[in-house]
Amino acid sequence: MSTPMSGSPSGPTETVLRVVDLSIEYSTGRGPVRAVRDVSLTIHRGETFGVVGESGSGKSTLAFAIVGYLAGNGCVSGGSIEYRGRDLLRMPRAELDALRGAKIAMVYQDPMSSLNPSITVGEQVEEVILAHERLSRAASRKKTLELFSAVNMPEPEAISRRYPHQLSGGQQQRVLIAMALACNPDLLIMDEPTTGLDVTTEAQILDLIGSLKTRFSSAILYISHNLGVIARVSDRIGVMYAGQMVEQGPVREVFRRQSHPYTAGLLECLPKLNFGRKTHSLALIPGMIPDLSEVPRGCSFEPRCRSRRPRCAEESPPLIQVDPGHASRCFFWREQEIERHAAVAEPPAAVTAQTETRVPSAPPLLSVKNLRREYRDSNKLLGLFGTERVVHALDGVDLSLQANETLAVVGESGCGKTTLARCVVGLVEPTGGTVEFDQASLAGIAARRDRETRRRLQMVFQNPDSTLNPRRTIGDALRRPLQLFRGLSGRPADEAAVELLKAVRLDGRYLSRLPNQLSGGEKQRVGIARAFATNPDLIVCDEPVSALDVSVQAAILNLLGELQLRDHTAYLFISHDMSVVRYLADRVAVLYLGRICETGPVERVFAPPHHPYTEALLSAIPVPDPDAEVNPIRLEGPVPSASEVFEGCPFHTRCPRKVGEVCERQKPPAQTGADGHTIFCHIPVATLTKAQSSSYGAATSTENLVS
Amino acid sequence: MSVPKADLESLGATPSTGAGDRSGMRRKGATRFGRASPEMVIGGLLLLLHFVLVLIGPYITPFPYTEFHMADALQPPSWSYWFGTDQFGRDVFSRVVYGARGTLLLAASATALGVGVGVAIGMTVGYYGGKLDEFVMRIMDGLLSFPSLLLAMLIVSSLGSSSINVIIAIMIVFVPRSTRVLRSVALGLKSLEFVEAAKVRGESGFYVITRELLPNAAGPIVVELAIRLSFAILLSTSLGFIGIGVQPPAPDWGLMVSEGRKYLQMAPWLMLFPALAISSVVIGTNLFGDWLGTRLSVRGGRRDL
Repeated sequence: MSTPMSGSPSGPTETVLRVVDLSIEYSTGRGPVRAVRDVSLTIHRGETFGVVGESGSGKSTLAFAIVGYLAGNGCVSGGSIEYRGRDLLRMPRAELDALRGAKIAMVYQDPMSSLNPSITVGEQVEEVILAHERLSRAASRKKTLELFSAVNMPEPEAISRRYPHQLSGGQQQRVLIAMALACNPDLLIMDEPTTGLDVTTEAQILDLIGSLKTRFSSAILYISHNLGVIARVSDRIGVMYAGQMVEQGPVREVFRRQSHPYTAGLLECLPKLNFGRKTHSLALIPGMIPDLSEVPRGCSFEPRCRSRRPRCAEESPPLIQVDPGHASRCFFWREQEIERHAAVAEPPAAVTAQTETRVPSAPPLLSVKNLRREYRDSNKLLGLFGTERVVHALDGVDLSLQANETLAVVGESGCGKTTLARCVVGLVEPTGGTVEFDQASLAGIAARRDRETRRRLQMVFQNPDSTLNPRRTIGDALRRPLQLFRGLSGRPADEAAVELLKAVRLDGRYLSRLPNQLSGGEKQRVGIARAFATNPDLIVCDEPVSALDVSVQAAILNLLGELQLRDHTAYLFISHDMSVVRYLADRVAVLYLGRICETGPVERVFAPPHHPYTEALLSAIPVPDPDAEVNPIRLEGPVPSASEVFEGCPFHTRCPRKVGEVCERQKPPAQTGADGHTIFCHIPVATLTKAQSSSYGAATSTENLVS
Repeated sequence: MSVPKADLESLGATPSTGAGDRSGMRRKGATRFGRASPEMVIGGLLLLLHFVLVLIGPYITPFPYTEFHMADALQPPSWSYWFGTDQFGRDVFSRVVYGARGTLLLAASATALGVGVGVAIGMTVGYYGGKLDEFVMRIMDGLLSFPSLLLAMLIVSSLGSSSINVIIAIMIVFVPRSTRVLRSVALGLKSLEFVEAAKVRGESGFYVITRELLPNAAGPIVVELAIRLSFAILLSTSLGFIGIGVQPPAPDWGLMVSEGRKYLQMAPWLMLFPALAISSVVIGTNLFGDWLGTRLSVRGGRRDL
């Protein structure tokens, strides 16, 4: 265990936060739940400590305990929390109030609900300053503007007079960070501050946090589920599992030499940018996170561990020092390392090497031609007065998809990818263009399509919590499509439903369960089983893994791959996550403001030449490797509103490689290269290749972390 | 990328366990089911008492409710006449107990009809939306612009005084209110993914409303019934009190209060006991409804009559 340094009271090594053996319990109807167990950590001035873990690992509880905002039924059952030598748990309320917001500040996950919608953001920051410092209104106003420029707000004066809803998500998060920095905090707690943001915005916020670290020298406790983000911002990290800190140490050490099998497992089940499922399948962590109401005698990771030994079930491992400052809660940290390296030497057999290059000779299964969808946002009163805004969610999209192929549509929020998915399955009626399925034009609404078409075209939804009707059993959910499309009822329907559950690795007993008895990953499996119930030819997957933890995500991605091999189903896969797309897709289409800017086979799209937008997306991805070069391409400026009409390239307002007026005036030409790789850009492909291979080399050769 | 959480709980639908979502820990303090509270116990007991009266009332009354004892007119409560007697010497206890049946059955059937029609209309227009919704809701707004007692009086006085007409009047008063509540429930549910999954399967609107939406609206419907029931009792007794509802000699509580008014100074028990009966059942339903509402976590704030 790392000995907490008790450095000099001031200076760069001063200990700002020291948590010793902290345990937190929630009392529930089923008895106490031990959400945090024996967690110790220290953070020094100017240092960032990253806490990473999956949902239910207790990382947010830890943060709330430090600021004293535990839920009513939670209480600290042991240990201490010291802030600069003072015990926060025994501090009088008044003193604590003076500290919180001023010297201990917190940035939350959801910026929209953390800001008061009826007060301008400038005033909200001023309020914090006035509450904690003796300053005049004018002085606090001046300070607010300074803070806004410190967090890289483009026009601090103008922004400070706006209300939260007038700002973008990234700007709102900047306001919150400015608010947290208002009184030069010694300790800054950030709980998933970039989780709700798009990847390009996230990259900007992470850059900002990096620059603030040097400028304000606060100690930062950074909480995230995203290993890539943690790798980028942290100096030291702690990996939490089932309420325990299972591994702790300097970020490079932990990422280079994972001394706990859970850390290693987490990294292995992340899809990476440099391989797809044709060469690797993702490693899995079997099993589920344990129920914390009954604490196991041995190691809490033992039931899921590949390197477990008899001793692991008997005895709970303490934090064992691996290197100075690097500790692991694993008795066999040395052995598991060796076993892992042996396993990596012979990589898990790929699902099947589908190496044959696809020749699109057969007519496409799905063909989308010049698809448009406009939304009219009318302010008109009685249709006479006021203005009408037309939002172009889809602005002429062409796509085609072969049978047994996965086409991924990738883009940031608001790019129209979900509208595209909904147009294809018939939930949204297009306002222009056609959707052809097996060479027959489809009606806009599912109810007007014939039964056979509906059978062949299914959908998997995003949100595991609402994909199933909470009042109907899993069996009901599966039997309905079987009855509608395969005419099965009674016993044969039950048998078919059990078969489906088996295909998604669930037990037949699940038939009689209600959705609230299932975990998120299990619900998503049922959602997939429901889609496969009709033997479809095409499944539209709308962000099926974005709400899941990484280990669950890996299992679902592998499952989708396997089922495709078995049933030769084509997928139209909607995602915002480039690594997931890289792993699963055969071909990719990149969407920006309702238009396609690049499309082609996955290997081509992920290697130069890229469309400048694809390039920016790729370089924004936080890579789970602390030594990865941070690519400097950042998109400046806000995403333009989709109600603007672009004569030229919609990306010209933010494009770092903008040529000139031609980008604003003329539609970019389609430049088609090998294998149907098409880039819609005015810059010649040769120029793009040249520029990107030099500046982008680092990111494309992102090394596999395990090696 | 944001992960919209379907907020089934705030819609009053089934609480879901948050396994697999990233903020699962923060929901630890969520309400748990089945904790006895004073509201539930008192409300439940009052309701139970009245329910028993409805069931066995006629068998436990010492006298028929219409039997005159002219010699004992306007007697105060005593061992033979527990709640005293009225101007005709009728036993007030027998009349109050017997009246439970009429008053409560009338209120319950009016509530069931009103909420039932409201559920059907609200769910349908909420799910389909568009012009139909616009049209129906403007009619409902029109009905809502009348104070409820005034509307009920208008209806009863134009249809004529009878129990059936009182039921119709209360039903018409309730329909727009229940429609509005259930429409908003349907609006919240219809964009959830399991409804979209049904649409992708090509299910009919009737199937989606009855099989996918309705089970999830059970919570709000139960609460709606409980709240409306107390208003129905108040409305029907008010109509009785004004004299245009149930006609004498029926032992309607409102009617009894109205008749007893003349003897308030000489024989206050004539008014007191029926009034107590009304308030105890209304308080009982309100307490119980409140408890149900928090238990099923339906948003409050529609206590409008």
